[in-house]
Amino acid sequence: MHSGATAAVSGRRDQLLAWLANHRQVSSETLVALLVNWVTSAMTWLVLGIALALPVFLYLVLLNIVALSVDFDGNPRISIYLQQEATASETKQALGLVGDHPDTQEVKFITPDEALADFQERSGFGDVLNSLERNPLPPVIELVPRNAEPYALRQRILEIEVLPFVDLVVVDLAWIERLFAFISFGERVAWALSLILSLGVLLVVGNTIRLAIENRRTEIEVVKLVGGTDNFVRRPFLYLGFWYGLGGSITAWILVHTCLLFLAGPVELIAQSYQDDFSLQGLSAMETLALCFVGSLLGILGAAFAVSKHLHTFSAAMLAEG
Amino acid sequence: MHCLATVLIRFDNVSKRYPGGKEALSRVSFEIDSGEMVFLTGHSGAGKSTLMKLIIVMERASQGQVFVHGLNVNRIAEKHIPPLRRDIGVVFQNHQLLFDRTVYDNVALPLIIAGFQHREVGRRVRAALSKVGLTDKERVLPIALSGGEQQRVGIARAVVNRPQLLLADEPTGNLDRGLSAEIMKLFHQFNQVGVTVMIATHDLELVSRLKKRQLQLHEGRLVDHA
Repeated sequence: MHSGATAAVSGRRDQLLAWLANHRQVSSETLVALLVNWVTSAMTWLVLGIALALPVFLYLVLLNIVALSVDFDGNPRISIYLQQEATASETKQALGLVGDHPDTQEVKFITPDEALADFQERSGFGDVLNSLERNPLPPVIELVPRNAEPYALRQRILEIEVLPFVDLVVVDLAWIERLFAFISFGERVAWALSLILSLGVLLVVGNTIRLAIENRRTEIEVVKLVGGTDNFVRRPFLYLGFWYGLGGSITAWILVHTCLLFLAGPVELIAQSYQDDFSLQGLSAMETLALCFVGSLLGILGAAFAVSKHLHTFSAAMLAEG
Repeated sequence: MHCLATVLIRFDNVSKRYPGGKEALSRVSFEIDSGEMVFLTGHSGAGKSTLMKLIIVMERASQGQVFVHGLNVNRIAEKHIPPLRRDIGVVFQNHQLLFDRTVYDNVALPLIIAGFQHREVGRRVRAALSKVGLTDKERVLPIALSGGEQQRVGIARAVVNRPQLLLADEPTGNLDRGLSAEIMKLFHQFNQVGVTVMIATHDLELVSRLKKRQLQLHEGRLVDHA
């Protein structure tokens, strides 16, 4: 009863193949169209690239600060001064208690004699110290804990303070707390910036797609009138959004790594002055992939937003009223 | 067997009122059988285009029912509209070609949308172009064609999917007498191979020459369906 048209495309496999062919065609057509008008496209890619680069750059700065603080022995050292009158077996007992704790990463015992020798060497007061009747320095346990978070560190200190033969526990918590506070603040800033600039990306893509829709008004109307589904009409615009997003991500990657290259020299100089072979970290392969994924997704979402907003306003006025 | 199945289009007491109060169609009822060729006549503003828009569901009736292929298109869900339209070829007065694509790509569009394989598309596009006498213009952009040729590309696009129903809205509106006659002849040929054809026109001379049924609209009312 129906015309031959439906019969010829009834096979599910044929339909799928045609669908895939259409995707292939639309994706390459939209990319070619963007590359042909490369000046306009490059402007859009640059705008998107800058918007994506800012949070990525901030993220990398934080990443490098964390890496740097680890490099500079970011894990704090807890100095445990034992009571001076503690006997050798007693200090051994204390050392055992501290050393066997699961949170202990590294532990080192410094006898009063070692401490004195070290002090003599470093301070230059050798003669003065020699004149002392007895060694005034206590035995010390130096401990590097596994968990350097301020709260955990505080808990650990409280535990150590009540151990027998412990006289004094010293750790410079303030700078660690400040560093962690700074980093978590930076992370918040990066997130807020990401959200705001993602919105920017959505709007830029949405507006660009809106113009594309206006330019292809007739085509959309014709496609709808000859039986194109909404998906068929949407497809080229979603691909445009995808290419804009992906292009923006690649631009962002280039921008960020150009900045890093620019900063690498001075940063290495600073690191060298601290006798440290620190070098700036860029985006890893996984992070680059994530950036491309997020960028493309934002592009598609922006396009989908524009398409859903503007497409239904087309009620084709093609048949002149007569 | 010549019962309901042979009725292709049925309007049942259809009225269409646009927002703002203007009534474009009032209480229109008629039937068109499968395989018929019908002229829709009347002045500008008589409601010819509105009637066609109801058939391809660009508009929905305010009152009454419209049946196409026995389907009540007034109640059809949005997602069922595209398949319905694929079985209806539409020819426009200003042909609505895409000027940034070749004649071939213009004609191929309905087939691409319907999901035909590449080879089948080529075969059908060439068949349609040969029917309208434009075989040698495949690779040309529409802008390089004359008005009559452009209109024939529009017709090729309308028939390439081998629809059961062909609607034409003032297809000869911008053409001179000789070209109009040629275009009409084409529609007549399609009708002779079984396509149901409905042509909206105000060219009464052409209509009277072809001796086909006429639906005459006057201010939204069907005044004559002899």
